[in-house]
Amino acid sequence: MKAYFLRVWQTISRPSVHYSLGFLTLGGFIAGIIFWGGFNTALEVSNTEQFCISCHEMRDNPYDELKTTIHFSNRSGVRATCPDCHVPHEWTDKIARKMQASKEVWGKVFGTISTREKFLEKRRELAEHEWARLKANDSLECRNCHDFSYMDFTTQSVRAAKQHSTSLASGEKTCIDCHKGIAHHLPDMEGVSGW
Amino acid sequence: MKFAKVMLVPMLVLCFAAVAEEIATLRNNTAIDEDVNPEYIPKATNDDIKQARNYPMQPPLIPHSVRGYEVNLNVNKCMSCHARSRTNDSQAPMVSVTHYMDRDGNFLAEISARRYFCNQCHVPQLSTEPKVANDFVDMHTIMSDKAAKPKGQ
Ligand code: HEC
Ligand code: HEC
Ligand code: HEC
Ligand code: HEC
Ligand code: HEC
Repeated sequence: MKAYFLRVWQTISRPSVHYSLGFLTLGGFIAGIIFWGGFNTALEVSNTEQFCISCHEMRDNPYDELKTTIHFSNRSGVRATCPDCHVPHEWTDKIARKMQASKEVWGKVFGTISTREKFLEKRRELAEHEWARLKANDSLECRNCHDFSYMDFTTQSVRAAKQHSTSLASGEKTCIDCHKGIAHHLPDMEGVSGW
Repeated sequence: MKFAKVMLVPMLVLCFAAVAEEIATLRNNTAIDEDVNPEYIPKATNDDIKQARNYPMQPPLIPHSVRGYEVNLNVNKCMSCHARSRTNDSQAPMVSVTHYMDRDGNFLAEISARRYFCNQCHVPQLSTEPKVANDFVDMHTIMSDKAAKPKGQ
């Protein structure tokens, strides 16, 4: 075994006999692009709503619920898709989130949330992950579309303007503190602060 | 027995007539094979201005939008603002103390089961003309009308 690794190491550490340095550099560069691109393309594909709802748990539960909300159909015709709210735009954050999401896919594969009942049972736990994430990043995903700096309080309802110009403006609270359940039905809220 | 049979026919006819009438009203007298353009859907008022109550026991009207507010086994969105403990954060009026009483008049820590489903009694309004005229007259109007009339009438 050791001898084998030694041989491999000798081969790759020795200067190339057959290929020019230029070819190797360029080849490596191109291969790099292909892998990088392929990886990112795979990421892109898995970042579409089509992908998210290709598994029936997500289509029958979150997606069907989303359809009745303002983020699916509204007077402006702007839609929020699953990745808009659930996948960070920064690359590192994106990868971190994907690793986490894999666990949820795992859940599907092994049938932990294969039915509506099982989904409802798990909902509180899943929702808590999302609340914690949005709380930690100051509701970054909401702010990608809703920019506080451009909110016109004069056109908002009194209730909204009051809250936005106080608790939100001072940074004491963030969107998810007040807007839980904006896109899906809520789980049992017993014990959640503010409920 | 014979009497029953004789009576059955006109009664059935009456029933069908009543049902047919109702359908006609709901469909605005449009023939069954025709489609009508649906009416304009009025907007819910969301001006945050409290409406006067017509009588002291009236459940106040909701002056704000309630779109998507869930009230079910899991959550009561209304109470996330109107509960006693939430009024500081939400600046909403607390549900009155009657909402915390059971039917024997005992005070409870949580909203009474009788008052859990807010929309049974409280309703938002639409910016539209009422479909049915309302001739309700409140007590003050009756009293002032009476006071204005000469004595003995
Ligand atoms: C893809 C962009 C997008 C993202 C991401 C997004 N929203 Fe929205 N949001 C919208 C649009 C568009 C509307 C509807 C605007 C309209 O026509 O009134 C809206 C409406 C709303 C409303 C108004 C609801 C009502 O009944 O009037 C709230 C509250 C809201 N969003 C909160 C959030 C929160 C909280 C998040 C983060 C979890 C979020 N949004 C993420 C685009 C987005
Ligand atoms: C302190 C609580 C609070 C925070 C924090 C908060 N909101 Fe709101 N927001 C409200 C209330 C209350 C309303 C009005 C009632 C409702 O829509 O349910 C409202 C309404 C809205 C509306 C609809 C506007 C209208 O005229 O009715 C939008 C859009 C919205 N919020 C987006 C956001 C976004 C985006 C954030 C984060 C940047 C945020 N809110 C943070 C309390 C809050
Ligand atoms: C407007 C933003 C928004 C959109 C769009 C959105 N979600 Fe969510 N999602 C949330 C928030 C916020 C939570 C946290 C729980 C809550 O507050 O309802 C959540 C929670 C979840 C959960 C955890 C279980 C639960 O119901 O709480 C799942 C699973 C989920 N979303 C899947 C999806 C899928 C699939 C889509 C696309 C069909 C989607 N979401 C679209 C904002 C969004
Ligand atoms: C985001 C916080 C919030 C939520 C959620 C909320 N309300 Fe309110 N409500 C208020 C505020 C604030 C007022 C005071 C008037 C205004 O600003 O609209 C109010 C006023 C009212 C009033 C009028 C009281 C009066 O004395 O005239 C009623 C009735 C009412 N709400 C019922 C409800 C019901 C029913 C629900 C649930 C379907 C609900 N509210 C959900 C904040 C809220
Ligand atoms: C069975 C009918 C009924 C139900 C259900 C009900 N209410 Fe009321 N509510 C009333 C009546 C009647 C009044 C006025 C007299 C009183 O205070 O008892 C009132 C008063 C109020 C007021 C005004 C209090 C004040 O002092 O200005 C608010 C706010 C309110 N209700 C909110 C709610 C909310 C939120 C719910 C749901 C959790 C709810 N109500 C459920 C009948 C009801």
